[in-house]
Amino acid sequence: MDKNINVLIVDDYRTMLRIIRNLLKQLEFNNVDEAVDGQEALAKLRAGNFGLVISDWNMAPMTGLDLLKEVRADQRLKNLPFIMITAESKTENVVAAKQAGVSNYIVKPFNAETLREKIEKVLVHA
Amino acid sequence: MPDGIPQGPEGDRIEATVRAVLATMAGDLTAKESALLAELEGLGRTIARAKAEIAALKVEDIRDAHIPSATDELDAIVEHTAHATNEILDCCETLEQMQAELSGEAADKLQGAVTRIYEACSFQDITGQRIGKVVTALKAIEARISTIVSAASGMPGPEAAPAPAASSRDEKRTEGEKLANGPQLPGAGVSQSEIDRLLASFD
Repeated sequence: MDKNINVLIVDDYRTMLRIIRNLLKQLEFNNVDEAVDGQEALAKLRAGNFGLVISDWNMAPMTGLDLLKEVRADQRLKNLPFIMITAESKTENVVAAKQAGVSNYIVKPFNAETLREKIEKVLVHA
Repeated sequence: MPDGIPQGPEGDRIEATVRAVLATMAGDLTAKESALLAELEGLGRTIARAKAEIAALKVEDIRDAHIPSATDELDAIVEHTAHATNEILDCCETLEQMQAELSGEAADKLQGAVTRIYEACSFQDITGQRIGKVVTALKAIEARISTIVSAASGMPGPEAAPAPAASSRDEKRTEGEKLANGPQLPGAGVSQSEIDRLLASFD
């Protein structure tokens, strides 16, 4: 598993961005960029070279699910590993995310071990 | 006008209804007709009382003071908890820098403790989203009260512009927006292990 990849974390709560960034640092992912909504994230993804997206769902403008759909529809980004990390915990949310092509799904509040396990799983299969 | 019928447009309509009913009654009223008349008068009194109670709600106070005050207080809670959480995160980052000076079991214990603090600090995101849902509910209550009072007074409300129909609003929302419901109450959502099983069922 390559830990030198660029990771984009997307969340409208600055505190959550900071928490995820620090947890990624503990996991030795040091190339981390941030976006506060789906629109900003999509612009960064199209302009940059990322190996993993970790995104919240409930953001405006552009939710995490809509960002995921844009990513999967983009010829260059369509195979990018994409983990949804969200408080949305209804079955319909998980099913919609899976149908849109999510790589994995973490429900908030989460623990560091779950984050490590899901990242490892999606990057091994990438 | 029969006793107990309120004054004003509402009273006029009720009076007209009573007179229309009376016009159908020739000669002395039977016991049944008297009972019907009493029912109509009672209805008039109930409407008058309901109007007075709605007027006493002072919707202007609810709209202009109570709800803005409640939402401001809730915003302040979010702001204070965010500030406190960031202070805690500052301390964690200092501890992680100190960890480099430690080794072995002490370093591992420190990292474990810091990780648990990071995990616990995610409460700020969840509580922020929950408070956002409460603010949305308060605004919906405010709008409903304004509508009820406007209907009772027969006057257009301060925000008389018709709201778009729910179906029209829904059509403009993306799937992601329609499914954005925020945190569920304990026991209402699915757990991480249930999500893992659900995702595996697609493979």
